[in-house]
Amino acid sequence: MKSFAEIENIRKENNSRLTLENDNSTIRVVVGMATCGIAAGAGPVLDALKSETSKRNLSNVVVSQTGCIGACRLEPIVEVYEKGKEKVTYIHMTPEKALKVVEEHLEKGNVVKDYVLPETIKEDGTVQDMAKTAFFKKQFRIALRNCGIIDPENIDEYIAFDGYKALEKVLTSMSREEVVETVKASGLRGRGGAGFSTGMKWMFTANAEGDKKYVCCNADEGDPGAFMDRSVLEGDPHSVIEAMAIAAYAVGADEGYIYIRAEYPIAVQRLKIAINQAKEYGLLGKNIMGTDFSFDLDLRLGAGAFVCGEETALLNSIEGKRGEPRPRPPFPAVKGLWQKPTLLNNVETYANIPVIINKGADWFSAIGTEKSKGTKVFALGGKINNTGLVEIPMGTTLREIVEEIGGGIPNGKKFKAAQTGGPSGGCIPASKIDVPIDYDSLIAIGSMMGSGGLIVMDEDNCMVDIAKFFLDFTVDESCGKCSPCRIGTKRLYEILEKITGGKGTEEDIEKLQTLANAIKTSALCGLGQTAPNPVLSTINNFMDEYVAHVKEKRCPAGVCKSLMKYVIVADKCKGCSLCSKKCPVGAISGEIKSPFVIDSEKCIKCGVCMDTCKFGAIEKR
Amino acid sequence: MEQKKVLPFNGTQEQAEKLAKVIAEHKGQPGAAIPVLHEAQDIYGYLPIEVQTMVAEGLDIPLSEIYGIATFYARFTLNPKGKYQISVCLGTACYVKGSNLILEKVKEVLGIDVGECTPDGKFSIDATRCIGACGLAPVMTINDDVYGRMTVDEVEDVLKKY
Repeated sequence: MKSFAEIENIRKENNSRLTLENDNSTIRVVVGMATCGIAAGAGPVLDALKSETSKRNLSNVVVSQTGCIGACRLEPIVEVYEKGKEKVTYIHMTPEKALKVVEEHLEKGNVVKDYVLPETIKEDGTVQDMAKTAFFKKQFRIALRNCGIIDPENIDEYIAFDGYKALEKVLTSMSREEVVETVKASGLRGRGGAGFSTGMKWMFTANAEGDKKYVCCNADEGDPGAFMDRSVLEGDPHSVIEAMAIAAYAVGADEGYIYIRAEYPIAVQRLKIAINQAKEYGLLGKNIMGTDFSFDLDLRLGAGAFVCGEETALLNSIEGKRGEPRPRPPFPAVKGLWQKPTLLNNVETYANIPVIINKGADWFSAIGTEKSKGTKVFALGGKINNTGLVEIPMGTTLREIVEEIGGGIPNGKKFKAAQTGGPSGGCIPASKIDVPIDYDSLIAIGSMMGSGGLIVMDEDNCMVDIAKFFLDFTVDESCGKCSPCRIGTKRLYEILEKITGGKGTEEDIEKLQTLANAIKTSALCGLGQTAPNPVLSTINNFMDEYVAHVKEKRCPAGVCKSLMKYVIVADKCKGCSLCSKKCPVGAISGEIKSPFVIDSEKCIKCGVCMDTCKFGAIEKR
Repeated sequence: MEQKKVLPFNGTQEQAEKLAKVIAEHKGQPGAAIPVLHEAQDIYGYLPIEVQTMVAEGLDIPLSEIYGIATFYARFTLNPKGKYQISVCLGTACYVKGSNLILEKVKEVLGIDVGECTPDGKFSIDATRCIGACGLAPVMTINDDVYGRMTVDEVEDVLKKY
């Protein structure tokens, strides 16, 4: 158990250690050890760096792990900090490369340029900080402020950068009402998707009558293609713990739960470590820092149900029941966990709180747009060059994200759409690429902010197929409690299957719309109410593709197998007969040395002919 | 639910004791069922009706309720898994990069469907939703090994390693 004065000493000492303030000899080396990094092989790289530096007696080199640096495509990443020099970023590292970096760079002082991120090498040959590259330049990091910088398993490193300073501030100098007012004034809105005012939620829970209250964190990040919350928890778990303690103080709770997916073992592990460290320091538990405020925090593991991201379903799951949603009202702020008033926020929302308390509501609300304040973290994925985690001020346009930060579409393909909001969201077509990313603009064009998945699609993606993909997901994940969702989404899926199978009619498109709107207005919870969004938004923005499927029986992107046709381009065909010999169903015929033809009635679309042809004469249409 | 090829239950005394200890630790705690089922699945690898019965009796919760929970959550499985559990990610980022074709190939090579186990108990296939390694899409995992940026042609070579 420590006092605030002792925490302050830890802060000064570690801040100076990590920023190499008065230290000209130490070299700090960090290895990105989040899930992506570990999957790409960061573990052996870290081991190699540690053993080689100790073998060479480089006592001035400190090697440590850190969380997600954000540039997933470059993993494993190793960064080197030295006082008075620009940070050096090594990418695609291996243990062998690590040995060379130790010898050349850490021992002899020569940067190994072959392994450095090429964008960081300037024209004059010197190396500059990755923060100055296009991927980082337009980013602004609040929620991710510590990710990729500190060791998430060391509480002292969190404390070093103003960690637990906000908790000290509220416990020693702010009333509960002042905390709630600050969060309200900041304009922070829920980062889980719906974008409800966080301050209002806090106020409702604070004002609710009850002898016992709870504070919970939704870390059940179920949107396929989104990993913001995982990265925050893996890279900076204490920021969420500190925020939950602040929230508990503000609403008058003394117990809390973090509900996290069991699919995130590294995040679970780091949270456990962080909670224990916070307890040891007296930052969690009874009479925190000698005040009369107590707060206990525990983890609950999800078990793979997307619907548990819905707040009332999540509470049922913490209670040990099937994760089925409850009708609202009453809202959790009034009757939540075990029928007690409960505050529930998402991971990224919490990660913003300590900064808002430290820097003030005015500082925060100066960032972003009129109605969407602050920043948003996006998991950039799909057909984009710079896949990774980015945090941008609200109001940044989709074009800036895709073209500048994301570095455009690979293989010279054309941008077709960006999908936000996962199974609850919609597609933003190329014609709307200049839309500013904020809650209201996205709703206005039929998509939504969602939790932060941003999947880029190119001309090779079929939008009907994408709608079907998301419906397949919701059919699978519908909990079955209410019939609009259980039966309605299944029917939507079946119609989409009919269309992609080449049996659709124009009437089916109308049916889809009618049914989708009916589900939207009648489903019990957020999952069902938003499930039709992928269908509606693709119909609205890509009607021509639906029409091509039902009228011309053609899939313009060449994805839907039943609608595809293999054809031989007569000009390119040399009449070698190889394809007709390989065709398993004898669908190809012709005379040697003159162009062959494929009988599409017989063709089973296996694609063998296309793989066999040496002249590229076979095309998918 | 469709019945898959079911192997007879053969839990050991040691496993039963481990589970009894877990149940004793959690008994009486509010919301204990899910954490106990998690640990039971870690002990046995799956949750056959025999294990569900032990949990139900131990925690004094009706078996129907335990069964309701075990079948609600995707992570709980009533069927045994292979020695090597193959998971092909069908999250959005992987899907748009063609992970469905990877899954088809794995199914073809092993001759089993998603959720099934090869007769020799060696491999089982799962289609998972986003494991969060979207930067490496398309992704396939075999136990703790992660294979990123997979292509259909690589599937057979990867499986041969096991």
